[in-house]
Amino acid sequence: MAAPALKHDMLAARLDGLTLPEGAGWSVEARTSALSRLNAMGLPGKRDEYWKYTDPATLNQPQAPRAGLFETGEAMPFSGIDRLKIVFVDGVFDAEASDDLAMDGVEIERLSDAMSRDIHWVRDLYGVLETRGQSPVQRPLAALNTAHATDGVVIRATGKAPKPISLIYLHGTETSDAILHHVVKVEDGAEVTVLENGPAAARLSKVMEVEVADGSAFHHVRAQGRDHERRAVTHMFARLGRESVYKSFSLTVNGVLTRNEQVVEFVGDHGVAHIAGAALGDGGKDAFHQDDTVFVTHDATDCESRQVFKKVLRNGAVGVFQGKILVKPHAQRTDGYQLSQSLLLDDDSTFQAKPELEIYADDVQCSHGSTTGAIDEEALFYLRSRGVPEGPATDLLVLAFLAEAIQEIEAETLRDDILTRLQGWLDRHSG
Amino acid sequence: MLEIKNLHVSLEGEDKAILKGVNLTVEAGKVHAIMGPNGSGKSTLSYVLSGRGGYVVTDGEARLNGENLLDMEPEDRAAAGVFLAFQYPVEIPGVGNMTFLRTAVNAQRKARGQEEMSAADFLKEIRARAKDLKIDAEMLKRPVNVGFSGGEKKRNEILQMAMLEPKMCILDETDSGLDVDAMKLVADGVNALRSEDRGFLVITHYQRLLDHIKPDVVHIMSDGRIIKTGGPELALDVEQNGYADLLAEAV
Repeated sequence: MAAPALKHDMLAARLDGLTLPEGAGWSVEARTSALSRLNAMGLPGKRDEYWKYTDPATLNQPQAPRAGLFETGEAMPFSGIDRLKIVFVDGVFDAEASDDLAMDGVEIERLSDAMSRDIHWVRDLYGVLETRGQSPVQRPLAALNTAHATDGVVIRATGKAPKPISLIYLHGTETSDAILHHVVKVEDGAEVTVLENGPAAARLSKVMEVEVADGSAFHHVRAQGRDHERRAVTHMFARLGRESVYKSFSLTVNGVLTRNEQVVEFVGDHGVAHIAGAALGDGGKDAFHQDDTVFVTHDATDCESRQVFKKVLRNGAVGVFQGKILVKPHAQRTDGYQLSQSLLLDDDSTFQAKPELEIYADDVQCSHGSTTGAIDEEALFYLRSRGVPEGPATDLLVLAFLAEAIQEIEAETLRDDILTRLQGWLDRHSG
Repeated sequence: MLEIKNLHVSLEGEDKAILKGVNLTVEAGKVHAIMGPNGSGKSTLSYVLSGRGGYVVTDGEARLNGENLLDMEPEDRAAAGVFLAFQYPVEIPGVGNMTFLRTAVNAQRKARGQEEMSAADFLKEIRARAKDLKIDAEMLKRPVNVGFSGGEKKRNEILQMAMLEPKMCILDETDSGLDVDAMKLVADGVNALRSEDRGFLVITHYQRLLDHIKPDVVHIMSDGRIIKTGGPELALDVEQNGYADLLAEAV
């Protein structure tokens, strides 16, 4: 078999030069096991079913392709929000720029510190949720991340966090290759919000493993950086306990390649997971390829999952959505919803969608819808006939299209911040 | 106010002419009605005046207070004072009715070099206007026309007209789909806007709307032309005898 052999050659090249970080402590075991998973799988290839619409070549290659630094000239997302800032530059924790890692009801530590000591809860999660997420769909780049992550934070919420924890990813050099791995545990009845923003590096690999225990809530809002040439592959692995809540929203504007995977598993009854995203892409010389790949497993009764993904594409931009809801035999009264829609602002852009439902329980409510369309000319004329010029009228329709995804952000201040980013994109791309 | 001369229009990409030389002048302060059988070109005329795409003007002109409408974008026509009350108002999910109207009002003001209306003034104004049309606050918050009944949609059109204060109001079969009570409400709304410096062009199939909105002049349109013009009695004549005699007369 030529293909697997080629894959393994690629893998050897990719791993050449990567070593387990010093002071990896207890994580050596988890990392070694991740390496053997990776060796068994090989790197992803275009022939793999889950990589059919997104070419992983530049994520696989040994060196990160160069990505220019981009000065937006605007305030960063979330800057007006009271939060605890944790800054990474090219994937390296920057203590100077970060706030003290201390907050009521939350323990926060740098991953490397956590590795040098025997912290049971981290040890029980690091690479564990990632491993669970490897079946039935292989995610080799996540295993690579677990094996070779160089930095990250571990967050354990034991109460209601008084303010959001804000992970800020700055991009400092044009060839930086960052591998970040975060572990979050929200203990019974606790609640925490994690924000993420920034381009991070020329190439970012990021895994976040999130354990949402019984009766707890995890909120996540991210605005991925606007550097045009940046590349990113990110994975969120979440395990949801009884009556827990997991809500994640991602905004992607710019970026030559972004692959966001979400792997969510309900293991306790009456859980709720809402996963949403808005992507706005202008292709052109910089190109834009954005891929949301979601896998939700209902392995408990009475859980509700909701996926809402909207993409606005123009000028040759490419959007991909692969979303699956798996309902196991005993997961009765599951309520699963999945929506993926694209608005193509011209004829050059492409949207690929692969919605999947796999249901083994008999008392479930699952629906999915996927559409792709252009601006509604009737609506546009209606607005213009009332005096709204074509540009602003189109913007109104774009925002209206995205509204359902944006509504998934619960906190109004965060929602408004994201809306400001959207308006900014529209202003920059008007006409 | 509105002067249409020898207007010839075809559908884009087709040779077939729809308007074949329309001549019409609407003076300020007057209400003109256009009646005519299906397919006579009434709605096309309203669309061409408001700037909808898909039509080709092959000859003639249309001016509003001397300005050539046909060269203008739809939004510029609106700013110049043209308003079309749609036969089928468009539903726009995700755009709040209030947001939509405020954007429109301020876009027109901006185009005319006027100051934008403050949020407070706008709210005060729209509440008063909505009350007259029996439009409740909830309807103002909902997305534009989404889930509105036929009557609500038409009332919403008149609300927009009231807020935008156009010079030339074109009503395209505003009576279609309305029951008697709703028609009265809409007609009252229109009548409240009648003024010395505003012209109306009311397109309708039936005379009954004209019982409520009394026209000064009635035109009969057939096969892309205005074939007869008269006073209000012309509408009554149509109501009693149909179009057949008029059409026969015209040939």
